[in-house]
Amino acid sequence: METNQQAPEKQVSFWNDPEKRAVIFQVIAVGLVVGMFYYIINNALTNMEQRGITTGFDFLSREAGFGIIQSLIDYSEQSTFGDTFIVGLLNTILISVIGIFLATILGFVIGVARLSNNWIVSKMAMVYIEIFRNIPLLLQMFFWYFAVLRTLPLPKQSVNINDSIFLNIRGLYLPDPIAGDGFSWVIGALVGGIIASFCLVRFERKRQQESGQTFPLLLPILGLVIVLPTLVFFIIGAPLTWDYPALKGFNFVGGITVIPEFMALLTALVVYTAAFIAEVVRSGIEAVPKGQSEASSSLGLSFGLNLRKIIIPQAMRVIIPPLTNQYLNLMKNSSLATAIGYPDLVSVFAGTTLNQTGQAIEVIFMTMGVYLTLSLSLSFIMNAYNKRVALVER
Amino acid sequence: MIIHQPQPSLPAPSNTIGPIAWMRTNLFSSIGNSILTLVGAYIAFNLLTTVIGWAFINANWGGDSRDACTSGGACWTFISVRLGQFIYGFYPPELRWRVDIVFVLLAITLVALAIDKIPKKGWIALWAVTGFPIAAFYLLFGDSFGLEIVETHKWGGLMLTLVLALVGIVASLPLGIALALGRQSEMPVIRSISIVYIEFWRGVPLITVLFMASVMLPLFMSSEVTTDKLVRALIGITLFQAAYMAEVVRGGLQAMPKGQYEAADALGLNYPQSMSLIILPQALKLMIPGIVNTFIALFKDTSLVLIIGLFDLLAIVQSGLADPKWLGYSIEGYTFVAFVFWIFCFSMSRYSQHLEKKLHTGH
Repeated sequence: METNQQAPEKQVSFWNDPEKRAVIFQVIAVGLVVGMFYYIINNALTNMEQRGITTGFDFLSREAGFGIIQSLIDYSEQSTFGDTFIVGLLNTILISVIGIFLATILGFVIGVARLSNNWIVSKMAMVYIEIFRNIPLLLQMFFWYFAVLRTLPLPKQSVNINDSIFLNIRGLYLPDPIAGDGFSWVIGALVGGIIASFCLVRFERKRQQESGQTFPLLLPILGLVIVLPTLVFFIIGAPLTWDYPALKGFNFVGGITVIPEFMALLTALVVYTAAFIAEVVRSGIEAVPKGQSEASSSLGLSFGLNLRKIIIPQAMRVIIPPLTNQYLNLMKNSSLATAIGYPDLVSVFAGTTLNQTGQAIEVIFMTMGVYLTLSLSLSFIMNAYNKRVALVER
Repeated sequence: MIIHQPQPSLPAPSNTIGPIAWMRTNLFSSIGNSILTLVGAYIAFNLLTTVIGWAFINANWGGDSRDACTSGGACWTFISVRLGQFIYGFYPPELRWRVDIVFVLLAITLVALAIDKIPKKGWIALWAVTGFPIAAFYLLFGDSFGLEIVETHKWGGLMLTLVLALVGIVASLPLGIALALGRQSEMPVIRSISIVYIEFWRGVPLITVLFMASVMLPLFMSSEVTTDKLVRALIGITLFQAAYMAEVVRGGLQAMPKGQYEAADALGLNYPQSMSLIILPQALKLMIPGIVNTFIALFKDTSLVLIIGLFDLLAIVQSGLADPKWLGYSIEGYTFVAFVFWIFCFSMSRYSQHLEKKLHTGH
């Protein structure tokens, strides 16, 4: 018997011990990865030496020498390649933020319309979703840019709204607000109002939890957020002037210029992503069992309360994860800008800068790093939020 | 004796059946709803009449130059004149029969896969991922069996779009399965390698991947290896797509009940055996809708290759629009491309929904 008990330990050969096997497999995997990287880096170094490509990040401080049609910071042809990176990055963030904001609104409206009990509204929402999500985004972008925006009139025949907003083939011209002395008081009042509203909401929650009594919220919040800053604005003498665009020679001067590339890209991104968000919203709302709203109406909750306290909190749990994915997609898809010439990160930095410097590896890795950082941090934020609203199971 | 004689049932009240009742509940249930209905109907009517009038009633179909387009509607002459180019790209016209054979083979394979009643699905699927790609390669590229070589820079149009999407999906499947298994592995090194790979490729846009493939790949290979543009794009698409495929496969693996893994262990199967005999055959079936959905996304994304200078369907129409003989027909061109993409994507998404319903055998 003794031999029998000892036998298994001796008989387990090297290959039949899962732990040792795992070590070997992992060593092999690491070896393969390291070997592949060694092969790639080695080749890259020899190839670059042969072609006379310089390496390193010195190019970032060299003068770029090309113009960019839209920039959120001061940028001229004398700026450096490092500045082109910043300009591109800011343009990407600008279009992503505005796009996400508008796509969310449009997507929620269409998603709710899809569930409407009005047959024609629901069918129209369905047609919208099925058309726009099944057509490549790049094609939609081309359509808005080359087919729709090219039909706009020339600057002389601009569409003129109240002599302050002009729309023509060169872009959309909006009046630019210029803050005068003391305008910071208005902003201060706005921020103060928002903070006070937050406190008010917390107070109301607490009071309701303790006494069951509700406190009207809508009017005080409106007063704090809108009326208070407006009052401050007029008390200190309306310190705000507008810089109106005006036609000088062949083009408009002054105001804010929205370039047509931006409009086409934004329209395409919003229209495309909204179709996906609408589906996300629909499935999220449908995921809340009907019994929930029946239960809430049997408790005597009104339609609005039912929606706010019962349906939306539960639907949001289902909606948030895929919605995050759509936001990330929109941000990544904004890189298609390069096809129509909107100066985003890919178009400016991985396009023009790469061509001018020839330093493909540094440029592409910086670009990819930016997208990676943006998407990982956005998904991190959304995951944190998701954890907060997630169902706490016992 | 009283025999109870039931009265025949009355018909349902007239205000609950028939088209009028339907309209009352679905269109005019309240004042707000009625307003919505009328506004919606007005918009829909206007859109439909404009589109139909432009695309069909006032459209020009025949002719061989822009002079034929006189009626003010759509000028489909632009499409019909260049249809050959839009489908085959710059493939030599006398050799287009080779592409046609591939199209027919593809159609037969897909139909055989999609129709439930045809047996031996496993063998057909095997043919679809091994035999068919090889046959298609020899037919399209040539260089053996006495077929003339057609260089890949002559490929284009719809054919190139299909090549990119199909190669991308078929080649990324094995890599995706390996990555998904790696992500579920208990070995920490293998798991981290898989996670880093998947998260890296999912975090970057396809355009940067294509840029990388076209600009950096030549630097990474030893200088004796020369690859052409199409192969480089395919490598980029495959590496990118594998990460998405891995997530689909992971979804399928996670949907498998734990009992299946335990049963395989109880039978004494080792890891490769339990995966290939028990888990993957069942999980792959669950993954088909997900795979079809990734395929739809990839199919739309193939249009990005125009940025690195390949002439897929969108790029070839776009270049046709720059032809001075056909300036100003961009709406027709884009509508045609949109229609082709839409037909493919919509039918695939319907198929995947149908599959999901069929596979949803839970309750």
